[in-house]
Amino acid sequence: MATLKIKDINKNFGKTEVLKGINLDISEGNFLVLLGPSGCGKSTLLNTIAGLETSNSGDILIDNHRVNDMEPSDRDIALVFQSYALYPAMTVKKNVTFGLEQRKISKEKIEESLKNVANLLQINELLDRKPSQLSGGQRQRVAMGRALVRDPKIFLFDEPLSNLDAKLRVEMRREIKKLHQKLKTTVVYVTHDQTEAMSLGTKIAIMNHGVIQQCDTPKIIYKKPQNVFVADFIGSPSMNLINGILNKNSSGVNFECVNSKGANQIPVDSYNFINKDSHNSREVLFGIRPEHMYLSKNNKNDYQIELKTILSEYIGHEQIITFNYYHQELVGKFSSSIDIAMEKDFNLFFDLDQISIFDKKTGERL
Amino acid sequence: MYWIKKNLPKIVISPSFALLAWFVYGFILWTAYISFTKSKILPKYDLWGVGQYVRLWSMDRWHTSVSNLFIYTVLFLSLCIIIGVILAILLDQKIRGEGVLRTIYLYPMALSFIVTGTAWKWIMNPTMGIEKFFIDIGFVNFTFDWLVTSGMSIYCVVIAGVWQSSGFIMAIFLAGLRSIDDEIIKAAKIDGAGIFSIYTKIVLPMMRPVFMSAVVILVHLSIKSYDLIIALTAGGPGTSSDMPAIFMTQYAFNRSEVALASSSAMMMFLTVTAIVVPYLYSELRREDGKR
Amino acid sequence: MGKDNLKLIELEKSSKKKKTIYRWILFVILGIFAIFYIAPLYVMIATSLKTMEEIRIGNLFSLPGGLNFDSWVIAWQGQTTNTTSGLKMDAGNVFLKNYFWNSTKMVVPAVLISTIFGALNGYALTKWRFKYDNIIFLLFLFGTFIPYQAILLPMARTLGVLGLSNSITGLVVVHVIYGLCFTTLFCRNYYISISDEIVRAARIDGAGFFAIFFKILLPISAPILVVTVIWQFTQIWNDFLFGATFSFGEAAPIQVALNNMVLTSTSVKRYNVDMAAAIIAGFPTLIVYVLAGKYFIRGLTAGSVKG
Repeated sequence: MATLKIKDINKNFGKTEVLKGINLDISEGNFLVLLGPSGCGKSTLLNTIAGLETSNSGDILIDNHRVNDMEPSDRDIALVFQSYALYPAMTVKKNVTFGLEQRKISKEKIEESLKNVANLLQINELLDRKPSQLSGGQRQRVAMGRALVRDPKIFLFDEPLSNLDAKLRVEMRREIKKLHQKLKTTVVYVTHDQTEAMSLGTKIAIMNHGVIQQCDTPKIIYKKPQNVFVADFIGSPSMNLINGILNKNSSGVNFECVNSKGANQIPVDSYNFINKDSHNSREVLFGIRPEHMYLSKNNKNDYQIELKTILSEYIGHEQIITFNYYHQELVGKFSSSIDIAMEKDFNLFFDLDQISIFDKKTGERL
Repeated sequence: MYWIKKNLPKIVISPSFALLAWFVYGFILWTAYISFTKSKILPKYDLWGVGQYVRLWSMDRWHTSVSNLFIYTVLFLSLCIIIGVILAILLDQKIRGEGVLRTIYLYPMALSFIVTGTAWKWIMNPTMGIEKFFIDIGFVNFTFDWLVTSGMSIYCVVIAGVWQSSGFIMAIFLAGLRSIDDEIIKAAKIDGAGIFSIYTKIVLPMMRPVFMSAVVILVHLSIKSYDLIIALTAGGPGTSSDMPAIFMTQYAFNRSEVALASSSAMMMFLTVTAIVVPYLYSELRREDGKR
Repeated sequence: MGKDNLKLIELEKSSKKKKTIYRWILFVILGIFAIFYIAPLYVMIATSLKTMEEIRIGNLFSLPGGLNFDSWVIAWQGQTTNTTSGLKMDAGNVFLKNYFWNSTKMVVPAVLISTIFGALNGYALTKWRFKYDNIIFLLFLFGTFIPYQAILLPMARTLGVLGLSNSITGLVVVHVIYGLCFTTLFCRNYYISISDEIVRAARIDGAGFFAIFFKILLPISAPILVVTVIWQFTQIWNDFLFGATFSFGEAAPIQVALNNMVLTSTSVKRYNVDMAAAIIAGFPTLIVYVLAGKYFIRGLTAGSVKG
C-alpha cells in the first residue's frame, strides 16, 4: 500500500482548462472518492494519476516518488473501468492473468495469485467462460479480480458501478467496502453518485469545473459544506437554501427572509461564523437540510417557524413535504406515520445547530 | 529506444502514408503539372500554360465523351436509385425467401465489368441476341441494334451498368430501412397512416443520408467507367459511346499525347473532387457532431 | 349490435383480401426483377453449353441440346487440332489457363499485404491519438475516390523505371498501394467502434503497441477482416484498367485476357467459347460472393448507413 500526493496538477484539452490546480494528499489505506457531476474533470484526474493522460504541469507522487514520466504499467497501479474493459477474446482466467504474464511473472506465482483472488471474489466457476457469457455483476467482479491480482500500490476505480442496476449496485458497493476493510488498500474512486461516495469514502474530494470544491471526511462534508455547490450536491433531497439578509444589531445577528418585511427573523448567534465581522445587511443563503426540520422541539436551539404546506410525496417509510415560506419553497422529510394536511398553516422547528450560512454572491460558507 | 516506443503508431503508419503521399498525391500533382506542358510521347517539363485544356475543349471527341458521361450519369443514377429503392421497399415487407432474392439481385456486383460487358454484348448482339429472341417468339419486325448504332450505344452501356449496380443500391437502402426505429412506424400506424404514406412521408425522408451515399457512390462509379464500355462497345461504334476515361487512355498510350491526356485526367479528377469534397465535409461534420 | 358485428367481419374479410392481393402483386414484381437479374447468367451458361450450330438455329433463351463442355475446354486451354505431326495448338488463340494463374499469383499477395497494413493503419489511427491523425485519415479516405486516370501515366513511367513493367510483381505493387486506402478506411471505421477502455486496460497491464494489436484486437477483428479480404479480392481479381495499362501479353491478368479473347476473332466468332471464358473469369468472385457475401454486405452497408 502506498501514499499518493497530487501537487498543482493542471490539464488543458486544447483551449479548455479541464483541471485547475489540483492538490490532494492521500495517506496509506485511505479510500478517496472523487465526486462530481459529468464533465467536472474527475475521470481526467484519474486517468492522469494512472498515466493514461499527461498533465500540463504539476507532479504526481506515489510513495513520494515522482511518476509523471512513467508508463501506466510501470506505476504499480490497477484500474477498474466503468465498462469493465475485459478482453473479449480471452477467458476470464486469461483476462485476470494477462497483466502478470506481460510482466513475465513465474507460472507458479501466477497460479497462486489467481487462486487467491478467485476465492476472494468467488469467481472460480467463471474462470473458463468468455466475457460475453457473463452477467454485468460477474463482469464487474472479474474486472476487480484483474486489478486485485496485481497487488498494486494504488487501486483506481472509474465509476465501476454505473452500469449495474440499482439493486446490484447497492450489493456491489457493500462488497467493495468489505474488501477495502479487509485489504486496507489505498484507493482513488471516481463516481457521480453522492450516496456511493458517502458510504464508501474515508475522504471525499468534490469537484466542479476542474476545481476541488472541498476535500474532507463524509461527516464534515455533510455537516459543514464549504460552499453552495457542495451543500446542494450532497444529501437527498438537497439542502434547502433560503434567500435573505443578515441583520446585526445589539441583540445579536438575525436572519431575515426575503419578503418577510422584517418579521419573524431567525436568531443565528449560536452559528459558528468563520469570520465574525461585517455581517450587517449582507445577502445570504440560509441553508437547512430537510431532515433537520422537526415537528416538535427536540433540542435547546430548535427554533419555531411558521409555514404553509403545499405538496406531499409519499415514498414508503418517509414522506417529503413541500412548504411555502414567504414565497420560497422548502422541503422537509418526515416519518410517514404522521398525517399532515395540505394547504394548511404549519409549525416546524429548525435545528439551528445544523444550519449553514453562505454568502449569496460568492457561494462560500460564512 | 524509448523514442521508437513512444512514436510507434506514427512509425507504423508512415510506410502506408509515404506510399499514399507519393503514389497518389504526388502522382496527381505530376499529372497536373504535365497537363500544363506540351508533352507528346515523353514528358517535357517546360510549362506551356492552359493550352492543352483549350485544345481539349475544342475537340469534338472530348465533347462527345463529356456529353456521354452526362447522359450516362443521369440515367445510371436515376435508374439505379429508383430500382434500388423500389426493390428495397418491396424486400422490406418481410417475405419468405428474402435471402434468396437478395442474393439474386446482388450477385451482378460480384462480377467484373468485363464479364458483364461480355455477357451483355452477346445479349444485345444485333442479329443473334435479344432481337432474334423476340422475332422467334412472334414479334417478326422487332429490331434491337442499339449496340451498333451511333448515338444509341451509350444506352446499352446504361442498361448493363444498371443491371450490375442497382442491387448494391438496393442493399444499402434496405439496410437503411431496417435501421429505422420500429416505434416510429408504430406511432405512424396509430396516427392512421396507410403503408404508402408511411413510406413516402416518413420513411423515405429519413433516408436522406443513404440517398447521399448512393448518389456519391454512383457518380463516382460513373466517372470511372472504363472497363464496362471497353468490353461492351469499345467506345464505339466509332467514338459514339466514348467516355472521358477511354479518351484519356487512348490519347495517353495509343496516340502519344501525354499532356493532352493529362489534361483530360485532371478534368475527371476535378469533377470527382467537386462532388466528393463537399460530401465528405458534411459527413465528417455530422460524425463530429454526434461524437 | 349484430349488424355492427357483421360490418366488422365484412371489413376484416375485405382488408384480408386486399392484403393477399397486395402480396401477390409484390411477388409478381419481385419475380419479374429476379428474371431480369438472372436472365444474363442463364444466357451465359446456356450459350456456353451449346454448339455454334445450336446457337445459329436457336435464340438466346433456348435450351442447349446437351451439356457440351467443349467450349469450356477451349476457353481454358485453347484449341488443338489434329495435324499430321500430332496435336498442335492453334496459333493466335487466346485461352485463359495461364492468365487465370497470373491473376491468382497477383491476387493472393496483394490481398494479404494490403489487408494487414490496412488493419495496422486503422488500429494506429483510432487507438493511439497523435498529431494530424485525423488529417491523415482524411487523405486516405479521399484516396479511395480518385479516378485512376490521374495516376496512370506517372505510374506507368515509374514501373518502367523500376523494371516492373509488364510483370505480376508490378501489378501487385500497384494493387497494394491503391488498395491501402480502402483497407485502411474499412479497418479504421471498425476499430473506432471498439471501446478505447480495452486498450487502456491493456496498457495498464503492461502490453505495448504490437502486443495489444496481436493479442487483443486481432482476435476480435474477424468481421472486418472478412469484409476487407472479400472487397480486395473482388476488386483486384476484377480489375481491368491496371492490368491493361501496366501489362500486356504473358503477364496479363485474367480480365485482360478475357477481353482480348472476345475481341480477337481469328476466323469465326465463337460465342459459346466467349461465354465459357466469361464464366471462368467470373467464377471465383461469384463463388466468394455466394459463400460469404452476406458478411460482406453487412460490413459495407453498415458503414454507408451510418455515414
